[in-house]
This record gives sequence, C-alpha cells and structure tokens, in this order.
Amino acid sequence: MNNYEVTFIVDPVLSGDEIKSTAQAYEEMLKDEGAQLVYTDEMGLKQLAYPINKRSSGVYYSLEFKSENHAIIPRLELALRRDERVMRFLSIKLDKYGVKYNEDKRNGLIGKKRSSDKKAKPAAAAKPAPAAKPAPAPVATQAASEEE
Amino acid sequence: MASRDDIKFLSNPNLGQQKKKYCRFRRFGIKHIDYKDPDFLLQFVNPQGKLLPRRITGNSLKYQKKVAVAVKRARHLALMPYVTDLLK
Repeated sequence: MNNYEVTFIVDPVLSGDEIKSTAQAYEEMLKDEGAQLVYTDEMGLKQLAYPINKRSSGVYYSLEFKSENHAIIPRLELALRRDERVMRFLSIKLDKYGVKYNEDKRNGLIGKKRSSDKKAKPAAAAKPAPAAKPAPAPVATQAASEEE
Repeated sequence: MASRDDIKFLSNPNLGQQKKKYCRFRRFGIKHIDYKDPDFLLQFVNPQGKLLPRRITGNSLKYQKKVAVAVKRARHLALMPYVTDLLK
C-alpha cells in the first residue's frame, strides 16, 4: 500500500460549482480505481508566483490517497493532462514521514494551525471565567431581590 | 574606583566569534519538508529566488537535498517563483 498526493490548480475563471465538480470528478475517479481517499485539502484561491496560461491566480486542491495499484498514477495524470480545467498538477509518492506530517497538519500540530491553537487555549481558558461569572450573578440578583 | 577584577578585557571577547551553524532539521527533528508551504521554503532562497548553498543555510546534506526538491516542487506549482527580484 503506497501513499500518494496529487496537487492540482484549477482554472479560476470557471464558476464555483464547476471548480468543485472538477475536484469531485477526480475524487470519484480515484474511488472507482480502488484507491482509498485519505483527505481532500481545498487550499483555495491563491495568487500564482508567475502567470500560467495567462492566469495570475488559481484554485488549489490537494488529494491524499492510498492505493495498492501504482498503475493508477499514469491514468490519473493522463486525465489531468487532458483536462482543460486543470492548469497544473503534481503527483508525488509520500514516504512515512510525509504521511505523518499530513496527519499532524490535519490535527493542527504543525505550522500556522499551532498558533491558532495557542489562541484557542486562552479562549478556552477565558470561557470558564465568563461561565463562572454568570453563576454568581443569579445569586447576587437573588440577594438583591431578597434585599428588596 | 574600579578594582583590577572589574576590568578584565579591553573589548568584548565574544565579538570575533561566529555563531556555529547547525542543521535545523536535525536539531528540531523535522523529517518531512512540505512543498505546499512557501513561507517556510522562503528561508532557503535568496532574494532572486535561487536556492541558497549549504554553506549559508547550514543544512546537512540529507536535508539540503530535500529542501531543494521541495523548492523545485513549489516552483512547479507556482507557489514560488522561478526567477524574480526583491523576493523577501
């Protein structure tokens, strides 16, 4: 069982539905070929570092999948090459570290997601405090009502 | 008045010493270099978008090769430029 990753750039001129259906078509193609889809990363619209086909931006998709059969890659690449909606693609075989990296990234252990986790932690720590505050509040109001 | 012990050196003795370079991948245990992260890869190219030599990055041979592959993949996917100026 090998792990592969295919990243491709979809033409941004297409409508949103067409872009999504392009990515879904390849997901379905992989499933039909007997591959196990691990994750589909929609990286979204990005500015290209240099123009491709006179376009200055593109919609990035990254599919990670497992497959027993390596003949799947030439077939997939042929389909990508024939597809006019796909501007550029790159398919690579992931080693065990790459698989672990992607898994960690998905779980938010790597990179920018970590900083958001750090932000999330104080937020989580802050949450119990406001939760604690409303709790005494009714007591206070009760006390106030008792006073009345 | 300053005693003899207070004045030890005329100049900062650490001034001439160079910081020892190290391979960050070995030191921090980074095993995989992601080609989809151009911000990280930007550390290994010069302002023209060319790969920096090992002499300057301090990477070990194993990881410098991986960096080079990752940068080339990023260039293919237009995440990094092939040629440019005033990058960074």
